[in-house]
Amino acid sequence: MSKTPIKRALLIAAALATASSALAAGKLEIFSWWSGDEGPALEALVKLYKEKYPTVAVDNATVSGGAGTNARAVLKTRMLGGTPPDSFQVHAGQELIGTWVVAGRMEDLSSLFKSEGWSKAFPADVLKLISTKDGIWSVPVNVHRSNVMWYNPTKLKEWGVTVPKTWPEFITTCATLKKKGVAAPLVVGENWTQQHLWENVMIGTLGAQGWENLWAGKTKFTDPKVVGAFTTFGKVMDCANKDASGLSWQQASDRIVSGQSAFNIMGDWAAGYFTTTKKLAPGTGFGWATAPGTSKTFVMLADSFGLPKGVKDRAEAMNWLKLLGSKAGQDTFNPLKGSIAARTDSDLSKYNTYSKSAATDWKNSKIVGSMTHGAVAPESFTSAFGAVIDQFVSSKNSAGAAAAAQALAVRAGFGK
Amino acid sequence: MKSLSKDRLWAIAVLTPSIILIGIFVYYFIGRTIYVSLTDWGNDPAQALALNPIIRWVGLQNYTELFTGFLQGRFRQELVNTLFFTVFFIVGCLGVGLGLALILDRNPKGEGLWRTIFLFPMSLSFIVTGTIWRWMLQPQGGVNQAPTLLGGQPSSFAWLSSNDSVLKFDWNNLPLITAAVVGAVLIVVAVRAAREGQRTRTLVAAACAALLILWAVFIGPRVRLLAAPELHGFNFAMIGIIIAAVWQMSGYTMALYLAGLRGIPEELREAAKVDGAQDAQMYRFVIFPLLSPITLSAMIILGHISLKIFDLVYAMAGPDNIAASVPALNMYLTSFRQNQFALGAAIGTILLILVAFVIVPYLANQFKTEEGHS
Repeated sequence: MSKTPIKRALLIAAALATASSALAAGKLEIFSWWSGDEGPALEALVKLYKEKYPTVAVDNATVSGGAGTNARAVLKTRMLGGTPPDSFQVHAGQELIGTWVVAGRMEDLSSLFKSEGWSKAFPADVLKLISTKDGIWSVPVNVHRSNVMWYNPTKLKEWGVTVPKTWPEFITTCATLKKKGVAAPLVVGENWTQQHLWENVMIGTLGAQGWENLWAGKTKFTDPKVVGAFTTFGKVMDCANKDASGLSWQQASDRIVSGQSAFNIMGDWAAGYFTTTKKLAPGTGFGWATAPGTSKTFVMLADSFGLPKGVKDRAEAMNWLKLLGSKAGQDTFNPLKGSIAARTDSDLSKYNTYSKSAATDWKNSKIVGSMTHGAVAPESFTSAFGAVIDQFVSSKNSAGAAAAAQALAVRAGFGK
Repeated sequence: MKSLSKDRLWAIAVLTPSIILIGIFVYYFIGRTIYVSLTDWGNDPAQALALNPIIRWVGLQNYTELFTGFLQGRFRQELVNTLFFTVFFIVGCLGVGLGLALILDRNPKGEGLWRTIFLFPMSLSFIVTGTIWRWMLQPQGGVNQAPTLLGGQPSSFAWLSSNDSVLKFDWNNLPLITAAVVGAVLIVVAVRAAREGQRTRTLVAAACAALLILWAVFIGPRVRLLAAPELHGFNFAMIGIIIAAVWQMSGYTMALYLAGLRGIPEELREAAKVDGAQDAQMYRFVIFPLLSPITLSAMIILGHISLKIFDLVYAMAGPDNIAASVPALNMYLTSFRQNQFALGAAIGTILLILVAFVIVPYLANQFKTEEGHS
């Protein structure tokens, strides 16, 4: 007799278990290249997601590797194989548009932007970068600035030079420093950091508008102004160390700390490296200024997530995107990642000294996209452009490099 | 049906699955790659990754692009790099391997230990070797710091990042150089044939050589592959990669040579000694000739490793360092970063042809000797 209620209770429990497991069948797979230093920031976001949607099992599919080079290859295999992840990380802008949007593989997120009121939360320049005439394609989570020049304040004082404001001024400063026995006033690292430098010289020489025209196909790379900027870049590279291609960006930054070189152009992830890894105080241990000639410009790159067509868990993925674009989501993620929020209404008290200054500039500057980091040029251009820079650095042939870049632009479909 | 014995049926049953699998996953895909290399898949970014891409047949356009295209200078430099890498890698491995084998053949103390130590690098994968050697060849550390141990100045050789090169030639002269080399080889063939008294062979070879040399003198200089001269040569940045590759594979050639040396019957050495041969003469006239088949097979194995090398270069020099790049790396970048699948397939096909140049004569040789034995 006494067994029956227990049996009944067991049955009910079993029924409940099946029911709840049916509820928990909601799944979300997030594909990113955030591991290592960036892992905790992603985990914080996932935690926030789980608080809101506790029944969803989140599958964090991370493929490690700098700047997502490995992840992008894996992603390609999955997309072509017909098993797209529910939402994947990609550099905001042409890296997504030129690769996946033109191939008709992404869903238009315009309605999401409308319903969440994001058209006002994000700066118009950013919306322009992530949209085509057919729609808006991804939700930017964070923003990094790439036009920053880092220097060693103590050493600059010792050498008696000031921070140059334009590229011609930079070349003069460089000559002064060389006379004082600094072999390489500027430090650069492997190929992509040279591309990074190149784009800063370009923007500093052509101006923000000139830079945008280049990627809109309004200005050709063979334009005398662009060729002239290539020549300036060649002169800037003459100031740089000769062992560049053997150095990672961290190793290049180390030479600023050690005082071997005076300047380094790098994105603002370097601030995190200086403060967290090298334990230097912002302002005294290391200094920063906008790259020469770009004081009123904010060269941005952003990580963003998009929604591939035909995913299994569309509703869960939409919720994920909503969280990414929200104020709470961005303020959870960015202080940990060392970037700033793409939204203009973020809570600045959560950020460090450098990020605060960047966030202020974010609101007040003209925003343009970075080529090296996928914002303004499709992958097919960026990847092949590495070879152009490499050849230019050894040959210093401006006209040749400009012609090669133009040919690449035509091939990538924007330089007609 | 005598031939269909139970044994034979079993053999067929066991072999069929692997024949089918190899047929699909090796030969079908080779065919598929060659087909893709003759299309324009990926040249238009909008079609590259589309669900149902429109792919058009373009014939040999991708190959023309690789050898003469304005944007593909990188590929041409890589072909030159591969050539130099193969030569130095094979010579280095054979030299070091033979040297080590000769030393070990003299039965030094702790021979087994030495053998293990020398063979050990082979157990590492190229990616590990590459990472370790990249650390050692860093401009600021490792090998360049070695002189400071003796109180000297640190060296500043850019092992992996140098842009300097030697033995430069203009790619435009490639047809000319090829014609001259083939012509020279044909002349040698003709002279040999004449000595052996084979008339037709002499005549054909001499006529071909004359034609080629005439072409090289009168038409060759006017052939222009590219609009502008393009210099390629042996980049110093390859030196670091060659050192690492030789370090990895020379233990293997040592093992081959050691097996060969141990296989030489003691009687032959004794006979040579009885005939009054000194050590050097014994090696020169008795031992080295007996090792030549081993040299051949080592060359083939090393040759195809060097042609398809990828991971070592990726780990040591990085993907964007043209001075030290190889076609396999370019194939990966072209296909999976630039989404130019057809162009990537064309590079792959060229690699296949290069490897075939090495492997096919070897296989032919093997089958011949097997038939000879049976």
